[in-house]
Amino acid sequence: MHGSQHSHVIPIAVYLRSFVALMALLVLTIAASHVPLGTGVSSALAFTIALIKAVIVVLYFMHVRYGTRLVWVWSAVGFFWLIIMFAITLSDYVFRSIVRVQGWQ
Amino acid sequence: MSAVSRSSHLSQPSHVAFDEVSHQFEDIEQQREAYVVGMWAFLVTEIMFFGAVFLIYTVYRTLNHAAFYEAHKQLDIGLGTLNTFILLTSSLTMALAVHWAQVRNRRAQIMALTSTLGLAGAFIVVKAIEYSHKFAHHLFPGGNFVYPDASIADQARLFFSLYFGATGLHALHVVVGMLVIGAMLTRALRDRDARADYIPVEMTGLYWHFVDIVWIFLFPLLYLIPR
Amino acid sequence: MSAHSEAGTPVGASPETSAVSSHRSEPSYLSAGHTLRSWLFTLDHKRIAILYLITISAFFVVGGLAAGAVRVELISPRGTFMSNEVYNRMFTLHGVVMIFFFLIPAIPAILGNFLVPLMVGARDLAFPRLNLLSYYLYLAGGLLALTAAVTGGVDTGWTFYTPYSTFYSSSQVTMTIAGAFIAGFSSIATGINFIVTIHKMRAPGLTWFRLPLFIWAHYATSIIIVLGTPVVAITLLLVVAERVFHIGVFDPRYGGDPVLFQHLFWFYSHPAVYIMILPAMGVISEVIACFARKRVFGYHFVAGSSLAIAVLGFLVWGHHMFVSGQSMYAGMVFSFLSFLVAIPSAVKVFNWTATIYKGSVSFDAPMLFVFCFIGLFLIGGLTGLFLASLATDVHLTHTYFVVAHFHYVMVGGAISAYFAGLHFWWPKITGRMYPEVIARITAVILFMGFHLTFLPQFLMGFAGMPRRYHYYPPEFQTLHVMSTAGATVMAIAYLLPVIYLVWSLKYGRVASANPWNATGLEWQIPSPPPTHNFDEVPVVTGEPYDYEHLALSENEEADGTRAAVPRPQLDPAARGGAA
Repeated sequence: MHGSQHSHVIPIAVYLRSFVALMALLVLTIAASHVPLGTGVSSALAFTIALIKAVIVVLYFMHVRYGTRLVWVWSAVGFFWLIIMFAITLSDYVFRSIVRVQGWQ
Repeated sequence: MSAVSRSSHLSQPSHVAFDEVSHQFEDIEQQREAYVVGMWAFLVTEIMFFGAVFLIYTVYRTLNHAAFYEAHKQLDIGLGTLNTFILLTSSLTMALAVHWAQVRNRRAQIMALTSTLGLAGAFIVVKAIEYSHKFAHHLFPGGNFVYPDASIADQARLFFSLYFGATGLHALHVVVGMLVIGAMLTRALRDRDARADYIPVEMTGLYWHFVDIVWIFLFPLLYLIPR
Repeated sequence: MSAHSEAGTPVGASPETSAVSSHRSEPSYLSAGHTLRSWLFTLDHKRIAILYLITISAFFVVGGLAAGAVRVELISPRGTFMSNEVYNRMFTLHGVVMIFFFLIPAIPAILGNFLVPLMVGARDLAFPRLNLLSYYLYLAGGLLALTAAVTGGVDTGWTFYTPYSTFYSSSQVTMTIAGAFIAGFSSIATGINFIVTIHKMRAPGLTWFRLPLFIWAHYATSIIIVLGTPVVAITLLLVVAERVFHIGVFDPRYGGDPVLFQHLFWFYSHPAVYIMILPAMGVISEVIACFARKRVFGYHFVAGSSLAIAVLGFLVWGHHMFVSGQSMYAGMVFSFLSFLVAIPSAVKVFNWTATIYKGSVSFDAPMLFVFCFIGLFLIGGLTGLFLASLATDVHLTHTYFVVAHFHYVMVGGAISAYFAGLHFWWPKITGRMYPEVIARITAVILFMGFHLTFLPQFLMGFAGMPRRYHYYPPEFQTLHVMSTAGATVMAIAYLLPVIYLVWSLKYGRVASANPWNATGLEWQIPSPPPTHNFDEVPVVTGEPYDYEHLALSENEEADGTRAAVPRPQLDPAARGGAA
């Protein structure tokens, strides 16, 4: 609610540090893709790195770290809802492939 | 017991060309936060929009993993990495543009916006090169789709449908972003006394960083499929 | 969207005149300009609401005519005047127009647009130009869908199920989807506007738990719109891509899964029924408190149940897919979750009835429409439990039982509430009273006609009459004829308000600022309101629905004064005495 938080000017150093971190993670994700860890682990690793990159962008480039609580909530709600959509839809596919019921399907 | 007036919009000084408060707001801070919250609510719709694309992709990749692995080898990982680098860098320049808009450094802001626009253009050029290769190899899932390995042609078709669908929608967002950044650039060029409110640039930045985030997820999902 | 470009908004009165004269002298929003241009390019949320009112009513007529045609066709078991193709197009037209162009926008875009800024004590919505844009997007989408209807129509049903819609149907699927897609952006724009307005533009002292329940309902609705609409947008976009490029995303021939389409479609379209009913529930809460002269029983629970419905509504979409081939375990989970939605819905109904209990109830037309709502919504809601149960749904799905169920909720619920709201706020919107006697008669006719139309459909559906069938076995004819007869009665009940409300614009009694003696900020300003709503920002000091206290202070309240706005909190002892 306070204006001072909104006009908060973030030092350029923060942006530069974020950028360096993003670049390091980009190198890391490409390097990791060459390491044979198995489908599951590799996919999870690539996703985790992407998630970290996204969080850096949201917190620093998009100023959510310095935002009001309202901005915090609205920046989180979309991602939270995606989890719901993914979890419920994918659960159908998981059960469809592992549980076969007589007379169903 | 009587209603008290907090402030009247009619008392705003009228000579200020920029930084003006619209009549429905009480003050500039209320207006700024309204715009930021509104932009985030809009980005929530964008998150859900691309989220559905990611969901579809996740379902089909899980169901056809081996075929998707084979098909993804047709993508040029070098160009994909280059585009990731370009887009992340453009996010940095956009963030700097917002910073310099806040501190009213007009020259630096114009420089940062120009760089962002240039990088966005570079992204589109690289994307166009990638697309033209795919078209040349009949990998666009239209009428004359041909995949070398006939045994997985159907699944490969699905992969390229999702590839073109996801990257196409993303590229469309990049183009829209370029138009908005261009508008911000024009605005900064006209604003000789550097009096303009920074919020429009901030909102452009939020949108642009979101476009960046979508690519951050698209890149490993499409280009880095593990065996 | 930029801040500075909003600055060109024309101001109705010049600063000098409005500063020195009393608030009465500022012209009402209706007389702020009489040119066509002053209406079509207005940024005033009240005028945009009027534009919506006119356009949405036109679409209601189109959808209603299509429904009438379907009902007339079904008088005879072999049809009366349509071919099979035309019949399919007709019920699809009815569904598409009524859902995308009437039910979803009706209450939010008309009453919400008009009332949300008034109820929170703001001069306008947060983004007036976005608001105008949303109207034109709605208009464009609607015209596109109508163009599709007259240039061949669409025969997929409003659900656009794949692979029929992507591969087999040769009708105007693409154009209709484009219309629905564009209308989706319209409702997103409205949703964002409401969210920001409710968060950021509340008057001083107007805390969340002093907000009218109408606002809570619209906030919950906006959340659903923002979270759900984009998903159906991308899904419909992919259907079009599939039709044009044969990309294979939902096509089983290329490894696509049509059930995935249904998942994504219902991820939005189930919550969409709460987009239709939640604003209706908001209207009911306002009207019922006013005509029972009591505060809404369990205010916090009614407010919270709006949000609970919005959240739970996103977890239950699979109950549309019990026979679609989704896994049985997903079906069981969806069935269980669907029952949970009954809880917040029941909280609302019980609280409304508790509000009436020992109230001094008056039976004005808005209140009769509210009773209409409660009765019909109760039946619609309870029959929903039959459809939420996995086992009974397998028998009832795709029958007239489903049709009757959702018409009880949507038509019986949402449209009754829409009429309740329209009559309740008609004096505020137009400055004229509607004719009371005929309005009450209309409410009764609507209630009767509705039951005659849709009760037989429950019986038919239970006996196995499938929905969307053109021909049917002769033993169903009696029930079909009853249903059609009821539809005729309903048509009268819908036609009457059009006539007498238009009549009242010229001949109706001039309304005072607060004809119902209601609480709420919108009643503290003149009817119709001035362009900028409040020339002083009101300060709110007490709860909404303070009708018991209002009864005590009625004598002090001279017309037009603001004395009623800042009302002190009742102290608990006095509250106990009043009850």
